[in-house]
Amino acid sequence: MRLALVLIAALALAACGEKEQVVVYKQGKYQGKPDNRSWDNDPLPAEYRGGSWTKGDRSSWEESIKKRQLSQNEYRRIYQ
Amino acid sequence: MARMKFLCDSERCIECNGCVTACKNENEVPWGVNRRRVVTLNDGVVGAEKSISVACMHCSDAPCMAVCPVDCFYRTDDGVVLHDKDLCIGCGYCFYACPFGAPQFPQAGAFGLRGKMDKCTFCSGGPEPDRSEAEFRKYGRNRLAEGKLPACAEMCSTKALLGGDGDVIADIYRERVLRRGRGADLWGWSSAYGVKPGAQPPVQQPAPATTGKS
Ligand code: SF4
Ligand code: SF4
Ligand code: SF4
Repeated sequence: MRLALVLIAALALAACGEKEQVVVYKQGKYQGKPDNRSWDNDPLPAEYRGGSWTKGDRSSWEESIKKRQLSQNEYRRIYQ
Repeated sequence: MARMKFLCDSERCIECNGCVTACKNENEVPWGVNRRRVVTLNDGVVGAEKSISVACMHCSDAPCMAVCPVDCFYRTDDGVVLHDKDLCIGCGYCFYACPFGAPQFPQAGAFGLRGKMDKCTFCSGGPEPDRSEAEFRKYGRNRLAEGKLPACAEMCSTKALLGGDGDVIADIYRERVLRRGRGADLWGWSSAYGVKPGAQPPVQQPAPATTGKS
């Protein structure tokens, strides 16, 4: 009986939770399709006004692109 | 993990088509293909006219990806939905599946010939090496690999169109709505991303109480 209840509970909860959206990246391929990642490039020379990050370092690229995103907020850009 | 999204504020969009032009120019999009369009409802009705700019919404659970018979789509680490034009057979299924009509097909030849699908790439190119000539020819510029945001969003003069990580742009929008005190509804958001911005995550129902002896 206890086993049956545990099974029922497990089945009842099976549909709960967020759907998996895991990106599969393997040796330069996303889900079997070739592509490389933004942070594996060198940043552009400064005169092109791109972001600045360390090649291969995901967090530094994310930080730089986040700065760019926040600059879309004119309340921050103009009044501070 | 960032999930790149667009957000268009219908209270602000002035239907200038700057985003459409920026996109066509930046990516040298072929004739007959518009990766981004501005949709206007109640055109000309004073006080009721609203516009939003629509392109691929880079769906979290993308229908185009699900129906493609040659499985040419992929999603990047930033949540951008891209496709491989070398694999695409131009069948048009993704166009029917997409709620936003984002996939477009160049029709250059005779007899309604349909070319390979073209859609918004969130300005992040395709499978070819980043920032290469081959990538530019097929998919347009890879601005994410330059540390930039999509040309359309960066070009929008009223900042109606925001692009970037869903969390960051939702915060910008929230602050804007709080300041102006109205217009919290977002068109298209819930159908593309499943939840309304600012909405509480769905409460998980507790498992039914198990009565009876064990
Ligand atoms: S550039 Fe901005 S204001 Fe102009 S049509 Fe596009 S979203 Fe609307
Ligand atoms: S908006 Fe359309 S083309 Fe873009 S990911 Fe969603 S279903 Fe695919
Ligand atoms: S992100 Fe780039 S490709 Fe997509 S609509 Fe904007 S400008 Fe066009």
